[in-house]
Amino acid sequence: MDAVTAPLFRMEGVSKRYGGVRALEEASLRVEAGRIHAVLGENGAGKSTLIKIMAGVVQADQGLMELDGRKVAFPTPKAANGAGIVCIFQELSLIPDLSVADNIAISDPPTRFGLIDGRAQRRLAEEALARAGAEDIHPMAPVKDLPLSRRQMVEIAKALARRPRILILDEATSALTAGDVAKVFAVLKRLRTEGLALLYISHRMHEIDELADECTVFRNGRNVATYKAGTKTGKEVVEMMIGREYSHVFPPKPAGRDRTTSAIEVRNLSWTNRLTDISFRASPGEIVGLGGLDGQGQRDLLLALFGVLKGLSGEILIDGRPAQIRSPRAAKGSRNGMALIPEDRKTEGLMLPMSVRDNLSLAALGTVSRFGVIDQVKEAKAVEEMVSLLAIRTAGTGISVGSLSGGNQQKVVIAKWLMITPRIILLNDPTRGIDVGTKQEIYQLLRRLADNGATILFYSTDYDELIGCCDRVLVMYDGAIIRTLEGADINEHMLISSALNIQTEGEARHA
Amino acid sequence: MGAAIIGFFNRMDRAVLAAFACIIALLLVGSLYSSSFLSPEYLLQQLQVASFLGLIATGMMLVVLLGQIDLSVPWVLTVGGMMSTAAAGWDAPWNLLAIPFGIFCGMALGFANGIGVAYLRVPSMIFTLGMNAVAQGLMVLRTGGFAPQDHATEAMRVLATGRLVLNIPNALFVWGIVGAVTIFVLTRTTFGRAVYAIGNRERAAYLSGLATQRTVLLAFTASGGLAASAGVLLAGYSTKAYQAMGDPYLLPAVAAVVLGGTNILGGRGSYLGTIAGVILITLLQSILSVMQINEAGRQLIYGAVIILMLLIYGRQRKQI
Amino acid sequence: MRDFRYWFAENRGTLLAILVFVVMFAIYTGNHSAGFSANVITTASNKGVLLALVAMAQTMVVLTAGIDLSVGMIFVLANCLASTIAVGTAFETTLGIIGVLATGIACGALNGVIVIYGRLQPIVTTLATGAVFFGISLWLRSVPGGDTNADLADALTGQLPGGIPTSLVVLLGIVLLVWVPFRRSMLGRAAYAVGSSEPAAYMSGVPIERARLLAYVLSGFLASCGGLMLTFITYSGEASAAIGGTYTLNSIAAVVLGGVSLFGGSGSAIGAIFGAFALRTIGDLLFVFDMEPFWQPLFQGVILLAAVTLGSLRLLRIKNRLDLFG
Repeated sequence: MDAVTAPLFRMEGVSKRYGGVRALEEASLRVEAGRIHAVLGENGAGKSTLIKIMAGVVQADQGLMELDGRKVAFPTPKAANGAGIVCIFQELSLIPDLSVADNIAISDPPTRFGLIDGRAQRRLAEEALARAGAEDIHPMAPVKDLPLSRRQMVEIAKALARRPRILILDEATSALTAGDVAKVFAVLKRLRTEGLALLYISHRMHEIDELADECTVFRNGRNVATYKAGTKTGKEVVEMMIGREYSHVFPPKPAGRDRTTSAIEVRNLSWTNRLTDISFRASPGEIVGLGGLDGQGQRDLLLALFGVLKGLSGEILIDGRPAQIRSPRAAKGSRNGMALIPEDRKTEGLMLPMSVRDNLSLAALGTVSRFGVIDQVKEAKAVEEMVSLLAIRTAGTGISVGSLSGGNQQKVVIAKWLMITPRIILLNDPTRGIDVGTKQEIYQLLRRLADNGATILFYSTDYDELIGCCDRVLVMYDGAIIRTLEGADINEHMLISSALNIQTEGEARHA
Repeated sequence: MGAAIIGFFNRMDRAVLAAFACIIALLLVGSLYSSSFLSPEYLLQQLQVASFLGLIATGMMLVVLLGQIDLSVPWVLTVGGMMSTAAAGWDAPWNLLAIPFGIFCGMALGFANGIGVAYLRVPSMIFTLGMNAVAQGLMVLRTGGFAPQDHATEAMRVLATGRLVLNIPNALFVWGIVGAVTIFVLTRTTFGRAVYAIGNRERAAYLSGLATQRTVLLAFTASGGLAASAGVLLAGYSTKAYQAMGDPYLLPAVAAVVLGGTNILGGRGSYLGTIAGVILITLLQSILSVMQINEAGRQLIYGAVIILMLLIYGRQRKQI
Repeated sequence: MRDFRYWFAENRGTLLAILVFVVMFAIYTGNHSAGFSANVITTASNKGVLLALVAMAQTMVVLTAGIDLSVGMIFVLANCLASTIAVGTAFETTLGIIGVLATGIACGALNGVIVIYGRLQPIVTTLATGAVFFGISLWLRSVPGGDTNADLADALTGQLPGGIPTSLVVLLGIVLLVWVPFRRSMLGRAAYAVGSSEPAAYMSGVPIERARLLAYVLSGFLASCGGLMLTFITYSGEASAAIGGTYTLNSIAAVVLGGVSLFGGSGSAIGAIFGAFALRTIGDLLFVFDMEPFWQPLFQGVILLAAVTLGSLRLLRIKNRLDLFG
């Protein structure tokens, strides 16, 4: 590649803020034709925002984008598509009620006399499916009836049918079977030789090793390094991704806990095809981590324990007694004493327009009321206690929780559950997208709660957190616990290798 | 004192203020037309008429706060009126049950609505529309072929038209009591808190361990009961119950709630606003009829005013 | 073979509606004293076509995951207007018909603009615009009356040679000229896409706003076609809130019976048409079986509730209770 010629696509100094959170800060990127460019970074490092800007889904606050050396702006996804930039999103963009062929041709179907030409559309769809290596998918099948991995292949075919110049793949292989991954890789390599530029976003290091020509690492909304693939060791890459800025923020772990009593015990828990034969136990005072790649059943496990899922098999024992938990209401009841800090605070944790006070007391209404009437004095006192305990920075308890910063909102979600003094606390990636200072406060709080006898089950996508916080880590893969790490075994190497299930993945590919 | 008043206004929704401002404007316009518009007698009369709508709007507001809607109001109201007058025909002492029986029938229909919406998860718009047809069917069936007893009891008449204390209409007392209870329920009880929470985000409310389905069921039952009690009062007011007596009340009820600043998608709204909305709609009706604008013009102006006010302050935020 | 299976699966709701109608209609004509005669069928068809047109109108909006509570009132407004202006010479009548259809389009466009650009909820919007449309109807026809072009009316509500009801042919024409092109156009597909998943449609670069606007406009157009036909059948116009309300309710019922999803994105106007026919036949069935006519409203209400409740069977398959909250 000649450095003098203008790249196919370039962005320079692009920034984006959501409310008070900066998602992207002065980011720059060069994309060359005929190359596969990998983008790496932790969750929340700014990768998704970057591609959303490129694909016209969101607009940058400032910065410059150039295609073929000319300045461009994409106010809508349609505009980006028109310019030849096509993105395969992680959250699928397929329309469930339409057929595969309808979806593949959605933005620009072939027409005759102004009407959609069904036969030509079908040919086009079959061609695109063949190009994506998914000839087995019937073009008339409705998308909603396809399993996730097939939908992902349709998504890829749909992107190819648009004849892109730049193809962006955002974790596009996360839902695929090993066989499909191999096919998709072959397709991607062929597209590279055809002169497309590919932007490949993935957490899976071995995929990047196999595919990428260049890599760019993002951290905290900035691009921190760009290098030729194969010039850095895995260790160096991980260091660039996570930085070393908060390795010291974790409170010390106590040594030698008594693990004879178990607060929660799970025996052979299974649910549909998402959770398989899960067994573990956790004692009071313990912080047990859930590790593994994102989406391996960790979230389902927490929901299962919290009474949200139907059709579970297996047993859950609370304080040694079998428990039938059929709703969050039962889970938080005094018998079980559970709390769940959900994944998405905006849709599952908080009522953003409601006041800080109303949000805080929502789960604990039972404890501040008598016969359904809220004791306002008692409520105000309990709320004030929580605000000062967690040092929630708010102008008052009467203002809407939506006006707080992300970190303080997250503190409200946690505080809301501490108001019922739970004995078992389930956390679903509670530090995603919040600032380092608040993260540190949350780590210390968790340890304090554990020391006071709570049992904590902690799912995190951030390996550092698992290493720094947890007494034990259960690593999940494809809905099952494949390894339990303890003590010195909780390190980056072990976490990553067991998350990728390195021993079994090779076998799976041949299957 | 001044600061307290300013604080009070700050806490009030802009929509509520807008509704009250419209009320004052309407009264001024009316007084230009005829001086009797500002007389206590006229205002009391209007409040008496408003009480019927007030009861219906109370139930509608509960349901709307949940992010649902109750389109079965017209015939549930009719059921309330017709069943209470039916019970009035029973032998003494059972005819004393006329009022509770009418309300009970409305609650039963509301309960069925609640089952459909909360447990069967049919969209409320459709289920309540169907329930409206069922209620209508039941009433048509009842009156079909013969003329049933349809006269209100003395108690119903006194409740709807009498003025026992200080020349204040009894109906206004009824609305006052229902309103006070509603304000208390919405602001001071766990049920009220759950209503707002569910209306904001049912998913989060469920994950907070609230009994979301039971709350929805209760709210629809209350809405049915309140619509039916308005039917009982209206039967008392016109001394008899008749078919389709509820038809003119659906749009005003929804309008009163929405004009009072309650978000049609749920989660936000105060009862003060609903009071303002009810009075606003009642005055609008009264002025239109005093000015001898015919039914056609009234319908047109209703619809247009509602759309206009909503466009001014009731728009959804842009999605995506 | 697989093609057929997918085609069948996609049209299952429509086929079911057709089947239900055929069975009911067979029972009806089998028990009717006059039997399967041209007159019986013409009368049935005239009544059925009215609701079928309004149900088609409702389908347009429901496909985009909206609802139109004003279709019945647009229908009534078109009826009142037609009884006033669609009279006189052939030329005057033609102009009048164009005027009525244009009014329907304008009503639909008004709904669409308020919902899409004013960002108000369809349900409140159409409830309120329904009042406006009804107000205009009352203004046009404070008492029932008016007139129509009798020649045209007789032609459109009578029979073609061979005993085929003309109204059915009219309906077929509208289906071929409006529904089929819509279904196969870009914007029609976009309307389905919006109803199925608005975020996915946006991500796919579908023209969301134009598609929704078109759906509302066509809805107004179809409802006014229904109003015109009503005028030709009754020879008069009537501003009746009861008629408007009944047609709105029955249009929703017909849509549900016809297999159109109230959540948007799936179903077909053909299904809604047969849903409407089936609904109409219920009333006729009650008649031939000598049931008192006052059973009819209850029957229709119960059937609507039963139809929407059947959809709740899907709840049994839900394994994650969070899915209940969409």
